Amino acid sequence: MSKDCCCSGELDCSAERGEFRETNIPVVSTTLSARDIFGVLKVRFGIGRMDYKIEPGLYAVGNPDDNSPVLVSANYKLTFDALRKELSSLDCWLLILDTKGVNVWCAAGKGTFGTEELINRIEKTGLSEIVTNRKLILPQLGASGVNFNEVARRSGFSVMFGTVRASDIKQFIADGFKATPEMRTVKFTTRDRFVLTPVELVSAAKNSLFVLGVLFLVNLFAARQFGVYDFIAYAGVVLTGTVLTPLLLPVIPGKAFSWKGWLLGLLWSIFALWRFGWFAQGFGILAAGYLLLLPSVSAYLAMNFTGSSTYTSPSGVLKEMRIALPLIIGSAGVGAILVLIQTLIIGGAI
Amino acid sequence: MKPNYLKNVATLTLDTEKCVGCGKCGEVCPHGVFDFVNDKALITQRDLCMECGACALNCPVNALEVNAGVGCASAIIKGWFTGGAPTCDCSGSECC
Repeated sequence: MSKDCCCSGELDCSAERGEFRETNIPVVSTTLSARDIFGVLKVRFGIGRMDYKIEPGLYAVGNPDDNSPVLVSANYKLTFDALRKELSSLDCWLLILDTKGVNVWCAAGKGTFGTEELINRIEKTGLSEIVTNRKLILPQLGASGVNFNEVARRSGFSVMFGTVRASDIKQFIADGFKATPEMRTVKFTTRDRFVLTPVELVSAAKNSLFVLGVLFLVNLFAARQFGVYDFIAYAGVVLTGTVLTPLLLPVIPGKAFSWKGWLLGLLWSIFALWRFGWFAQGFGILAAGYLLLLPSVSAYLAMNFTGSSTYTSPSGVLKEMRIALPLIIGSAGVGAILVLIQTLIIGGAI
Repeated sequence: MKPNYLKNVATLTLDTEKCVGCGKCGEVCPHGVFDFVNDKALITQRDLCMECGACALNCPVNALEVNAGVGCASAIIKGWFTGGAPTCDCSGSECC
């Protein structure tokens, strides 16, 4: 309903209609349709994720007047939906910035959810003529992109950093714009981590198509064919690195993500090799190769989950990578050579 | 979960002399890194800092410094290849 509006909060079309607020500013629902929910599912699996956005501008929730609170958010539709479904029975304004379809935190890191865009959007929407109050409520995670002092100085609006989670925003408003330390702290619950795993898995699976293509070619010259067991062993470490490690993150011993992924990958590899009989005589080179190669794959995939986590610092990730990457590349390289030696030269059934 | 990442890596520094104790850093920090003692900010949980830069950006007296950036391995790798600063560009399906 919001997407189809031709005006999207621009002032010029209000003149044509002769009416101001009623026609100019789209009113959005606080309940999600089946289509919205299907949309969530799609982007969680990485389908059309970079183009899931809404028109930036001003939106109304409920029946706001000139003194209603103004909430600022991003134009990623997943973000917009997550926010508006928490606003039932509230009357407020939503000022949606053009973050190029990226969520608040990531966009703040890039500067698109930033001081300039906020000031610019206040002007473009004519917000100062629509509301008489001069307060903006920003999501707390937008603070890494927005300088409250500069916004106040240049736009006259004072910025309040609200809560981390949209689900706390009603309480925040009800308590007179006060957030508890709990509301200000970012979390990373099992559910938070779980919803992020399909994208990781889909991305790894796409890259794996290349690996499968190479193995198909190798099979043409192989003394021992890569088969379904090799595939299962490999698919297992991909799942370990992209799904299992993120899910079990807090309970796996250690700190570095790559280490955690390597550890679980090693356990899976030992199990798979034992199950497929590759610890038997004649497969020694293959077993050694896979034990070096497979855990390094899950280590790498798990390391990439630092980008999805809510608590890794760039300095920390850099330190982790300086140690882990050479080990991963070395181990995977030697492992791959050993596997190829067995496959191309030594051979063997299974 | 309680975050538990590498220790002693965060580049966050606070100039207590400059600090006016306005409390903004504590307000914007998503990990409760700061405490306030005698009307001044104090870094009490440095190892929880993820270097997002919100505190330094919003400190009215520039008392805070941090090498802010994205803690994302694929962004850092991309930065190495392109020679630029690591950006979470997220094109395709990588990261955040």
